[in-house]
Amino acid sequence: MNALLSIEKLVKRFGGLTATDRVDFTVAPGEVHAIIGPNGAGKTTLISQLAGELHPDEGSIHFDGRDISRLGVPARSLLGLGRSYQISQIFRDFSALQNVMLAVQAHTGHSFSFFKPALKEAALIAPAEAALRQVGLANRMHVPAAAMAHGEHRQLELAMTLATNPKLLLLDEPMAGMSQAESEEMVQLLKGLKGKYGVVLVEHDMDAVFALADRVSVLVYGRVVATGTPEEIRNNPEVREAYLGDQEESV
Amino acid sequence: MKPTVNFTSPRFYVPALFLGALALLPVYAMLAHQPFYVTLFSRIMIFALAALGLNFILGYGGLVSFGHALYLGVGAYAVGILSFHGITNGWLHLVAALVVGILLAALIGVVVLRTSGMTFIMITLAFAQMGYFFVVSLKSYGGDDGLTIDNRSTFGLFDLASNTVLYYVILAFLAAVFFLFGSLVESRFGMVLRGVKSNERRMLALGFPTFRYKLVGYIISAQVCVIAGFLLANLTKFASPSYMVWQVSGDLIVMAVLGGMGTLFGPVVGAVVYLVVEEFLSSLTPGWFPKVEEVLNKHWLALMGIFVIAMVLGFRKGFYGYLVERELKKEAGRAQP
Amino acid sequence: MSIELLIVQLLNGLQYGVLLFLLAAGLTLVFGIMNFVNLAHGSLYMMGAYFAAWAYNNPIFGIQGSFILAAIVGIGGSIILGIVVERLVLFTLYERDHLDQVLATFGLILVFNEVARFIWGPSSYYMEVPEKLSGSINLLGIDYPAYRFMIIGVGLLVALGMFLLIQKTRIGMLIRAGASNATMVGALGINIKLLNTLLFGLGTGLAGVAGLMAGPILSVQPGMGEPILIVTLVVIVTGGIGSIRGAFFAALIVGVIDTIGRVFLPILLTTMVEKSLAQAAGPATASMLIYLLMAVVLAFKPQGLFPVKHG
Repeated sequence: MNALLSIEKLVKRFGGLTATDRVDFTVAPGEVHAIIGPNGAGKTTLISQLAGELHPDEGSIHFDGRDISRLGVPARSLLGLGRSYQISQIFRDFSALQNVMLAVQAHTGHSFSFFKPALKEAALIAPAEAALRQVGLANRMHVPAAAMAHGEHRQLELAMTLATNPKLLLLDEPMAGMSQAESEEMVQLLKGLKGKYGVVLVEHDMDAVFALADRVSVLVYGRVVATGTPEEIRNNPEVREAYLGDQEESV
Repeated sequence: MKPTVNFTSPRFYVPALFLGALALLPVYAMLAHQPFYVTLFSRIMIFALAALGLNFILGYGGLVSFGHALYLGVGAYAVGILSFHGITNGWLHLVAALVVGILLAALIGVVVLRTSGMTFIMITLAFAQMGYFFVVSLKSYGGDDGLTIDNRSTFGLFDLASNTVLYYVILAFLAAVFFLFGSLVESRFGMVLRGVKSNERRMLALGFPTFRYKLVGYIISAQVCVIAGFLLANLTKFASPSYMVWQVSGDLIVMAVLGGMGTLFGPVVGAVVYLVVEEFLSSLTPGWFPKVEEVLNKHWLALMGIFVIAMVLGFRKGFYGYLVERELKKEAGRAQP
Repeated sequence: MSIELLIVQLLNGLQYGVLLFLLAAGLTLVFGIMNFVNLAHGSLYMMGAYFAAWAYNNPIFGIQGSFILAAIVGIGGSIILGIVVERLVLFTLYERDHLDQVLATFGLILVFNEVARFIWGPSSYYMEVPEKLSGSINLLGIDYPAYRFMIIGVGLLVALGMFLLIQKTRIGMLIRAGASNATMVGALGINIKLLNTLLFGLGTGLAGVAGLMAGPILSVQPGMGEPILIVTLVVIVTGGIGSIRGAFFAALIVGVIDTIGRVFLPILLTTMVEKSLAQAAGPATASMLIYLLMAVVLAFKPQGLFPVKHG
C-alpha cells in the first residue's frame, strides 16, 4: 500500500538540542496516526516541519508521491496538507463565516480579483456554510470570531482546516483547553471524519487518542520510541514506564 | 455587504457630507471672495488622496510604511523633469510617473516585504530617505532648491491652468480612488490583504502565498501617492525634495490614524482635520492674547506634536473610525442570537 | 588619489562610524529589551548637543569654556531629560504596537525641535573645539585633527565599556536575559520598571555623548537629530535589530562606506564614464550607497548581519 505521508530520518536541531531525532513515520490514506509523548517531546516541532513552517536539517518528507521537504507552507497547503493549530489561529476581525470563506478562497484559484465582492460569491459561501455545519457552528455563522467562546474557536479552527479540502489533516491538540463535554463532542466529530482523511493527531487526552487512532507513535526527546496499534501501545511496558505511567500518576 | 443604501449610517453620511461640501467649496470661495480656499483645499485633498493610498496597506494590510512620501516625490518629479525638458503633456506625465512608480515600488517592495514589524517600518523610512538624497543630489534638476514648473500639465482637450479646474480634477481623483478602494477591499484580493493583517500565519497555512499579494497591495498603495504627487506638482508648479522629507511620511500616517485607520473614508477625514488645524495654528494672527498667539504662530509644530501624542494615547480609533466602530458594534449585537 | 587622502578619509569614516554607534547602541539596546523604538532618540542627541554647547558658551558658577563642564551638562542633561520623558510618556507605550510607538515618538520629535527653536532660536548655535584639542596630531606623516581623534577614542572606549557591561556584569546578565525573555527577568524578582528606566537613561546618555562630541564639528540646530537618526536606523537594521555587536560593526561599515563613497565614487566614475554624466551620477550614487548596502544585506539576511536569537 502506498503511504499518503511518509517521513524518513527526519532531523531538526535547535542549537545543541535535537528536537526531532531521526524520525520515521507514515500515514496511510484514511488512517488516523496519533503522536503522543510528554511535554517537550517535540510534537509541535514535528507538526511544524510537516506543515512547512520549519525546515528539517536532514531527512525527507514525501506526501502523495511527491518530495515536499523543501516546499513552503502555502504550497503544501495547496497540495492537501491541512493544519489546525494548538492555539486557535483565527481571524478575529471577521465573522465565523468569513473566516471559513477565506479558507475556501485559498483553494479556489488565485485571488487577484479586484472588483467582484468576495463576500457575495456563492462559490465561497456554500462550501463555507457546509464546513461550519459539519463542525456544529451552523447557527453561529454571522457572529464575529472575536466574540466566540474558546470551544467555538476550536470548532472554527477545524472548520477552516476542513474547508481547504485537505487529503491529510495535521491536528495539533484539537481538544486543547476544552471542557470535558466539549472534548467528547469533538471526539464524536473527529470520529465522523475517520476514513475520509489521513490524520496526524497530536493529543494529550489519552481517551481521545485511544478512541480515534488506528496507530499510535510515542515520541520522547524527539525520538519515536514505539509505534503500534492503540492496544499494542497500551500494553507496551516501555511506553507504560516512560510515559503512560507518569501520566496516570500525575492524574 | 448591504443591498440598499443606509442613509443613517456614518459610512454613508460622512463621505456624502465631506464630498458634497468639497464639491461646493469653490462656489463658496467665489461668493466669499476667498480664492485662497480653493488652493488650500486642493492641497488638503491631495494629502487626503495620499493618505487614502497609504491606508490601503496600512489599515487593511497591517503594513506600517513610513516611507510613502517617496512616491509623492516620484509623481512630482515626473511632472517637473518632463516639463523641464519641454514636455507638458499631462498624459505623458501620468504614464511616466506611474511606470517609474510601479517599478520603484516593486523593487523596494521585494526587499522591504521580506521583513516585518519594526524592521519594516525602519527600512521603508530609510528607502524614502534614499530617494530624498537622490533628488537633492540631482543638481541639474535643481537639487536642494527644487524645480520650478512653468506651466501645468495639458491634457489636449483641457489643461489644468485654472485653479478651479485643477480643484475638480483632484476631487475627481479623490472620489474615484475612494470608490475604487471601496470595491477593492471587498474583493478577493482585499479579503486576502485583510486576512494578512489579521493573522498572516493562518493565511499561509490556508494556502495563500501572501508575499505576492502584499507586494501588489504595496504597489497599488504607492501608485495612489504617485498620483497625489503628480497633482501636488501641478498645484504648486514646483517639484521639491521637501515633498519627500521623512516628516511627510509621518504626517500621512497621522492623517490615516486620526481619521480612522482601516476604514474607507477615515484618511480623508483625518487629512482634512489635521491640515485645517495646521493651517489655523500657523496662520494665527495676534488678537486676544497677542503674546500667546505669537508663540503659537511661530511654534505651532510643537502643538501638532502634542496633538499627535494625545491622539495615540487617547483617541486611537480616530474620528471616523470611532463612528464606524460604534455602528459595527450595534450590527454585531443584532447578529448574535 | 593619494594614500594620504585615503587614510584621512578612513579616519573620517571611522569618526562618523563611532558617532553612529553611540546613537545606535542606546536605540538597539532599548529595542532589544523592551521591544520599543524611540524615534525621538535623535532629539535627545540634539538636546545633548544644545545643553553642552550652552554650558560651554555661558558662564556657570563663573566657569566658561570648560569642555568637562560641557560634558557633564550635556550628558547629564540628556540622561535626565530621557528619564523624564520615559516616565511621563514612553513607558505607557511599551505594551502598545509598533505603530503607536512610532507615532507618539514622531510627535515628540516635533515638540523637541520647537522647544529647541524656542529657547535657542532657529539658526545654528556654535560650539568651538576646545583649545587643547584644536591642534592636529601627526600620525605616520599624516596630520589629523586631535579633536576628531578624541571622538574616535571616546567611541571605541564606550564600545568597550558596553561590551564589558553586557558580558561581565550582573546588569549585563539581566540585559541578556531580558533580551530573550522579559517575563523571566520579572519572575526573578527584579524591578523591571526600574531596569527599563535605567537602560533608557543609559541609551539617552549615550545619545548625549554623541551630541556633545558632534557639537564642535557640526552645527547645532533644530532638526539636527533626524537625518542622523535615519542613518542610525539603517545601522541598526543592517547590524541586526537588538544586537549591540551588530550595531558596532554596522556603524563602522556604514560610516566608512558613506564617507569614502562620497569622496571617491565621483572620482572613480570619471575614469569609467563620460565626465558630465559622472559629475551628475557620482554624488547621486554616493548618497545612496549605504541604503543600497542595507538593501543588499536585507535581501540575503532579512534579520541583519548579527541576528539576535530569541527564546
